[in-house]
Amino acid sequence: MSTTIKPIKTSSRPGRSLAILGLILVSLVGLVFLQDTKSLQLGLDLRGGTSVTLQPRIAPGEEGSVTSEAIDQAVSIIRQRVDSLGVVEAEVTSQGTGTSRQIVISVPGDTGRRVVELVGQTAELRFRQVLASGSGFPATADAAATPAAGVSAELNAKFAALDCTKPESLQGTSSDLPSETLVTCDRAGGAKYILAPAEVLGRQISSAAAGLDTQAGSAWFVSLEFDNEGTSAFGALTARVTSLPEPTNQVAIVLDGLVVSAPRITEAIPSGNAQITGSFNQLEAQDLANVLKYGALPLAFDRGEVQQVSPTLGADQLNAGVLAAGLGMLLVVIFTLLYYRALGFVTVASLGVAAIMLYTLILLMGQWIGFTLTLAGIAGAITAIGVTADSFIVYFERVKDEMREGRSLRTAAETGWLRARRTILIADFVSIIAAVLLYIFSVGGVRGFAFTLGLTTLIDLIIIFLFTKPALVLISRSKFFNSGHPLSGFSPKSLGLVIAKES
Amino acid sequence: MSKFSGLGGRLYRGETSVNFIGRRRRWYALSGFFVLLSIGALAVQGLQLGIEFKGGSSFTVNTSNPSISLARDAVEEAGVTSDPIVQLVGTDKVRVQTQALDPALNNAVQDALAAKFSVSAADIDTQIIGPSWGKEITRKALYGLFGFLFVVMIYLTMALEPKMAFSAIVAVVHDVFITVGIYALVGFDVTPATIIGFLTILGYSLYDTVVVFDRVRDNTKAISAASTKTYSQAVNLAVNQTIVRSANTSIVAILPVAAILFVGAGLLGAGTLKDLSLALFIGLIVGTYSSIFIAPSVLAQLREKEPAMQALAKRVAARTSTPASGSSAVVSSVAVANGRGPRNQPKRKGRK
Repeated sequence: MSTTIKPIKTSSRPGRSLAILGLILVSLVGLVFLQDTKSLQLGLDLRGGTSVTLQPRIAPGEEGSVTSEAIDQAVSIIRQRVDSLGVVEAEVTSQGTGTSRQIVISVPGDTGRRVVELVGQTAELRFRQVLASGSGFPATADAAATPAAGVSAELNAKFAALDCTKPESLQGTSSDLPSETLVTCDRAGGAKYILAPAEVLGRQISSAAAGLDTQAGSAWFVSLEFDNEGTSAFGALTARVTSLPEPTNQVAIVLDGLVVSAPRITEAIPSGNAQITGSFNQLEAQDLANVLKYGALPLAFDRGEVQQVSPTLGADQLNAGVLAAGLGMLLVVIFTLLYYRALGFVTVASLGVAAIMLYTLILLMGQWIGFTLTLAGIAGAITAIGVTADSFIVYFERVKDEMREGRSLRTAAETGWLRARRTILIADFVSIIAAVLLYIFSVGGVRGFAFTLGLTTLIDLIIIFLFTKPALVLISRSKFFNSGHPLSGFSPKSLGLVIAKES
Repeated sequence: MSKFSGLGGRLYRGETSVNFIGRRRRWYALSGFFVLLSIGALAVQGLQLGIEFKGGSSFTVNTSNPSISLARDAVEEAGVTSDPIVQLVGTDKVRVQTQALDPALNNAVQDALAAKFSVSAADIDTQIIGPSWGKEITRKALYGLFGFLFVVMIYLTMALEPKMAFSAIVAVVHDVFITVGIYALVGFDVTPATIIGFLTILGYSLYDTVVVFDRVRDNTKAISAASTKTYSQAVNLAVNQTIVRSANTSIVAILPVAAILFVGAGLLGAGTLKDLSLALFIGLIVGTYSSIFIAPSVLAQLREKEPAMQALAKRVAARTSTPASGSSAVVSSVAVANGRGPRNQPKRKGRK
């Protein structure tokens, strides 16, 4: 390629633009094969399943405001609960931004009802004295031979049989009554405990933080502080257990029925200020501090929306979406061919390239960020056909205007582009602003609409720059178009030039 | 078609010119009427809100023999005291809508329906909406609306001109108002998908307006120096020059939306597709109207108030020796600068 400077700068290396586009397409398709992405990730509304949207709120009777950390914590609690069902492909995500996020749970198939029952309860934090502990596996006969003192035989048997490696053992939740003895696992399923009735409640914590003890060789610790009630309750608990033998001198921190941590009490703590030390790294210390903070202000989960879609309806909706897309595309193709004649083929080809890009990108997004295509997403893509086609219309009409000024098609393809480009950029940017804001401020499946609308607008920009414009420049060199053949879409008649001479 | 394309050429040179700006009072009156009608409809009838906003449960049974009475019996047996809405959807579905129920009662209704129609519970499509959910979506939609208007206002001020940004926003608010009004008037169901449709209209309508305004800016770059056209005339020329594009764009935008509406309403009955596309369909038509008739008129009116533009109008008037009796008389006579008389220019002049 020569690098001579021409009067019009955008001129004219259509070959190079098309080559870049070809490269993008080939690498997208290549990525699809490399990543072994076989099929589209369909949303539950297209294949059947249940989705539950939860709105986290401050539990009734509490005061304060929802924090972003609390929602993170809530998401992991809900995830723990849903995972306990052992359903493959169950998903827990948070949508939205900051403190106005919702928690969205999607479960394929017909397990929806159990999920709905499971996720509604408030998750509470409690401090319980450890009565007995063991590894997470069901006890063999000899290990079960040492029943913990003061615990009924029934609970001892339950403890012995408990297998923390099973997902359903890590469900926690409803069994966690504060006034009763609790047999449960730790969060990871590696240990199991018999725990005394709760003596200190999470809401009696006034603050918690992770800190770094620089003197003791950079050890991370978690400090926590109790309110008045909590101080006396925690003081009494620690005073009583500190002199007891292992493991009864441990106090378990139980969130949502599962043990998060069970520190040993080394001394009575009457002041209400406690420190938990251990071999924490920074992340572990911060996690524990967040759990304690969450416990101070537990969230309740309002079931905002529960939607169960049967596989029949899912299939119907998928068919309808595909049909609407095909029909919409067909109508646009017919219209552009009628109006723009041969030039319409540039539009049709552009739409085709856009469709391939969109399809591969949706495949890849499914792989990378777990994007699932919903019915609303399909609607967004169909709607965007209009946006995409509009760019061509703006450009073609500009080119026609330039030709009416007396320029040849060859020149008009370049000068018209200079002016159309700015219009297209401004207009597409408005469209992208709309898509981004819709994405941020919408809830549930409808976000898919904003996502595909935004994605297609970006694709539109790529297509018009790298395909439509170079394609028009290329065909402007052909005799068929340049001579103004009646079917080319650039005939003097269709430009209105003949009539101009008459008048 | 070629006749229509030939029209494009005449419009471009200003031979055929429709006087959009000069008749702005007519468009204002028309829009004012519809806006008032919308306010009236909203006040009297209000919007027909779906259960997403009120809270409640909806159960759709897929069965070969749908029966309203059977569904009513099932709901009653399950222990629902309030009166449910039961309707047939298509030929193989029956839908039951109740007020907000607690989870146990929801399950009971589902089981009762499954037993009555002898289908499995998984074959019943259910949607359960908590009572506070509607407020949540409404709040988010409002944030989205104001956030969008604010960001776009700033962006258009930078990319175009402040008065263009303002006029574009006026047109967009007008579009949403009338679309919502039509919903209230006809009594279409408003669901979250409808709201998303409304918000998308904002983007569409602005897109159209931006194309017109970009041309206005081109036409008015050297307008004071040339003294051949008033600002309003330049705007009018821009609208005429872009009208073929506006028409084509709107057709191309409406075609796919119509396809979704046809498939969504025809094949699926109610649902996301129908709600979304109906809102878009109505909004697109209103949006096209406002980007041709309202936004440029508001812009012309705003700019004509500027002293520089009034001075320009006087110079142009002196040149073409048209008696300038107030600004509305000036703008309504689209004198074509190159001397060729507009062919189908109506012989009306002056104020209404």
